[in-house]
Amino acid sequence: MPSLKEYRNRIASVKSTRKITSAMKMVAASKLRRAQHQAEASQPYATKMFDMLSRLVARINIDTTSPFLLAGTGNQDTHLLIVITSDRGLCGGFNGSIVRKARAQIRELLDEDKEVKIICVGRKGRDVLKREYASKIVHTFEGLGKKRLTFADAMEVSRFIMDMGGRREFDVCHVLFNRFKSVIAQVPTSTQLIPFYVPEKEAAEEAGVHAVYDFEPDEDEILQDLLPRNLSVQIFRALLDSAAGEQAARMTAMDNATRNAGDMINKLTLRYNRARQAYITKELIEIISGAEAV
Amino acid sequence: MAAPLSSKTFKFELVAPERILASEDVAMVTVPGSAGEFGVLADHAPVVSSMRPGVIEVQDPSGEIKRIFVSGGFADVTGELCTVLAEEAVNVNDIDRSAVEKKLEELRGQLAEAADDVAKAALARDIAIAEAKLAAVA
Repeated sequence: MPSLKEYRNRIASVKSTRKITSAMKMVAASKLRRAQHQAEASQPYATKMFDMLSRLVARINIDTTSPFLLAGTGNQDTHLLIVITSDRGLCGGFNGSIVRKARAQIRELLDEDKEVKIICVGRKGRDVLKREYASKIVHTFEGLGKKRLTFADAMEVSRFIMDMGGRREFDVCHVLFNRFKSVIAQVPTSTQLIPFYVPEKEAAEEAGVHAVYDFEPDEDEILQDLLPRNLSVQIFRALLDSAAGEQAARMTAMDNATRNAGDMINKLTLRYNRARQAYITKELIEIISGAEAV
Repeated sequence: MAAPLSSKTFKFELVAPERILASEDVAMVTVPGSAGEFGVLADHAPVVSSMRPGVIEVQDPSGEIKRIFVSGGFADVTGELCTVLAEEAVNVNDIDRSAVEKKLEELRGQLAEAADDVAKAALARDIAIAEAKLAAVA
């Protein structure tokens, strides 16, 4: 049985752990609010751009001469996966679930004899994927949006992808990230970025049904301009969702940890008191039996 | 301060990736389209245009004109709504002339040293933006 002093020390250490986790929870909560706000604020731009693109795509025919970002290379051989995780840990299953999803997708692609390339955004995902697929990781982005995520961060990533695309180093590009569904639910999602996923015809018509649009200078040129920006926007949205999800996951994880620490303290205190009582009883018995012996 | 050409107003929205910068009722908007500047009044024919770096002039119903610099983007015009998507947008009055001049000089220096074509193209684009910005203040 541990001594009284050991109990006291353990209680003190769990208490200070609880202090840390509850502070982290509060920090995560306030960061979450900011991240959520930012994600909401970026919505109109993304929606508008998607509308515009859908309208535009509905008007042109996609063939082999279409821009790379729209039609891909026409092949399906090399897949580029962009895996978005966090830079920091202590956020529950947040990174684990995305890595699991990435692994499943990679295995599936490898089984079909496709070539896979990986770009990691965030240190945690890289650390895990490196163990198994080190040769497939082409690049890692770290410390994106350390203070505050900006559109420039997303552009940095999209520029890298476009450079790779320009050299025809992949055919299909997916982004894997935790979609922020609610504070308690982040859904690992895989979205195809290239070739551009063409919305259903009806949806496109609905968006364009109000009017017949003029395009200036012309459809192709706007498309050339619009597609790279759309890529940045999609990545920006994925980054924002992931950032909000990370804080939400951390908040939940730290809330649980705080509660567990509380339970642990209660249990330890109970045992401490019991040990103390036993100690006192023992001492009394010793004194009494000592007195009786005289 | 000229009186607005039309008394009818429409909605003008300036949207950046990170947030909505402006959303107001206006009388007229002049957009620096890549195929040439064009004015938008209420009930304009629907048009989508890309923009070159330049100045958007927004005239509110009282005739007051606000000038906003954009680094490029897109304008989506329907009869009752004019949406401008821009990555960078600043009020012309807020542009710091000397800072832009310094930046321009820096960029030109970098261009002279740049080796590969991709970097050159990116720098050339940045220079065009900086030049347009300077022209906007002048």
